Amino acid sequence: MKCIVCMTHVPDTASIIRIGADGQHIDETGIKWIVSPYDEYALEEALQLTEAKGGEVTVMTYGPQRAEAGLRECLARGAHNAVHILGGEKTLGDSFAIAKVLAAAIKDREFDVILVGVKGVGTDNSQVGQMLAELLDLPHVSNVVKVEWNDGAIVAEREVEGGHEVVESPLPAVLTAQKGLNEPRYAALKGIMAAKRKPVEKVDPSALGLDEDVLAGAEATYNLRSLELPPEKQAGKIIQGEDDPQAAAAELVKLLHEEAKAF
Amino acid sequence: MSGILVFVEQRDGSIRKGSLEALSEAHRHAAANGWDVAAVLPGSGIEGVAAGLGAYGAGKVFIADDANLKLYSAEGYAEAVVAAAKQMTPHAIFFSATAMGRDLAPRVAAKLGVGGLADVTGLTLEGETFVARRPVYSAKAFATVDTAGKTPQVISLRPNVFSAEEAGGSAEIVKLDGLALSIRAMVKELVSSEGGEIDVAEANIIVSGGRGLKGPENFALMRELAELLGAAVGASRAAVDAGWIDHSHQVGQTGKVVSPTLYIANGISGAIQHLAGMSSSKIIVAINKDPDAPIFKVADYGVVGDLFQVVPAMIEEIKKVKAA
Ligand SMILES: Cc1cc2nc3c(=O)[nH]c(=O)nc-3n(C[C@H](O)[C@H](O)[C@H](O)COP(=O)(O)OP(=O)(O)OC[C@H]3O[C@@H](n4cnc5c(N)ncnc54)[C@H](O)[C@@H]3O)c2cc1C
Repeated sequence: MKCIVCMTHVPDTASIIRIGADGQHIDETGIKWIVSPYDEYALEEALQLTEAKGGEVTVMTYGPQRAEAGLRECLARGAHNAVHILGGEKTLGDSFAIAKVLAAAIKDREFDVILVGVKGVGTDNSQVGQMLAELLDLPHVSNVVKVEWNDGAIVAEREVEGGHEVVESPLPAVLTAQKGLNEPRYAALKGIMAAKRKPVEKVDPSALGLDEDVLAGAEATYNLRSLELPPEKQAGKIIQGEDDPQAAAAELVKLLHEEAKAF
Repeated sequence: MSGILVFVEQRDGSIRKGSLEALSEAHRHAAANGWDVAAVLPGSGIEGVAAGLGAYGAGKVFIADDANLKLYSAEGYAEAVVAAAKQMTPHAIFFSATAMGRDLAPRVAAKLGVGGLADVTGLTLEGETFVARRPVYSAKAFATVDTAGKTPQVISLRPNVFSAEEAGGSAEIVKLDGLALSIRAMVKELVSSEGGEIDVAEANIIVSGGRGLKGPENFALMRELAELLGAAVGASRAAVDAGWIDHSHQVGQTGKVVSPTLYIANGISGAIQHLAGMSSSKIIVAINKDPDAPIFKVADYGVVGDLFQVVPAMIEEIKKVKAA
């Protein structure tokens, strides 16, 4: 099985977010960058699949120079190849532009399945996988928590409100991975050493035959006007309930019922 | 004709609440601008429910009634939405950002050669341009965005944020015939979770438990409070990873994003990844024995105390209020 895993390199979810001077992007000072957590599920699935059935895992990103560290992390966990399409600063959050670039880089490669995280943490759009599928004319299954890999086809479970859907699809297909799919491994020291020697294929996006405007953000489909911190929340009413929990509970219920009219 | 097209989601012939919210929001903008609102409803045997959408502001309902559309498929449903969009040429297409809406909207957008604004929590209209507000970076920031002049503007609306209101109109039914359905990935079965519990993503009230519950057996206390309030049971990742409760209950960054009217966090510290999933709740209540727990920073109401004493007392008090 040949697997392509699309990875995005994002601020650690515990990062303190400050707004940059342009009022449109985050201030990147002090930010630690990680492989987007959902992409870890996508990678793990591909690794387990090729361990069981043979084949290889190619991890791909469209991102700036620093995203190479994310690719190295994936190589250290066991990915066989890495492809770095350099760029992406102008298309941050523009899922359709990102999907176009990835589709152009993937279309002439051989693969049985493309795995991506259900969303890139931070921008949280949850769109690239489905758009990629449409651009490559492939079926897709999103929000996947379980996959049964058969010959040339899959049966996948996707999480929906109040249950799950059982989806059958032929391969090749695009799958977007949700938590629950598997338990991502950590990189072992041996893998980290080996990853240092594995090459990262660099792709110049302007050689992908795409409209220059797409890469320059001039064909944008997502226009970020401004980025703000959330409004300060007013301090809540906090009741001390250590000494008399019964009285505290009674007061809380009264407030919720009469003041907040919450039930 | 031009206006807003709204994708309407049904399950076993009943319309999902999020779709009514999207329809109502479309109606509010359209009414202020003299635009039309149409709905597109794919399914099988759904003609009966289509007419009811008029009450929520749809002047027209495009129905794609086909046995192959009984269960969801992104490809089949996208075909129906695109066919309706071709007839209407709308300024915008709205979806509710449910599991289905978030799956379908990007596929539709890519088919139409445009992008999308996902999971928005606020919408205003400037001329013909929708300006959306959406939480980013685990709700540690809010982005104000638009589709850079591309139309139709494909937008998904976070469920439970926009209100659904009856507008009291009636709808003309238009059948979408001759759809070229070529469906590869197809839902074979929709399996409901055991016990038919309310899903956190759809609940008006959520009673959530974390590591402070100390063990799986104490989720019984959460269930008791939840049942009393008609609420769903949520959980922090710590509780889910400990195996105390299924992942479908997890709220947060790697769980579900919820915006109920009332969210009660019991024994949950309020890690940023948890807040990412629930900070858009209307009223947040925290019960925690640690007065410095970060959850109190976002709480509207709270009790500092032992949840094993406070929650049973709350249950008693709520019973009294309900009996009164
Ligand atoms: C990439 C990533 C994704 C993540 N995604 C999620 C996510 O989706 N959802 C999520 O929830 N977390 C997520 N986390 C984990 C998150 O960082 C926290 O570890 C987790 O939320 C902690 O859960 P908790 O609040 O239940 O446990 P703790 O942080 O251990 O808090 C337990 C709380 O219970 C209180 N307590 C203990 N006993 C009592 C008592 N008797 N009465 C009252 N209070 C009591 C304590 O004071 C404490 O505040 C994620 C982390 C990462 C790195």
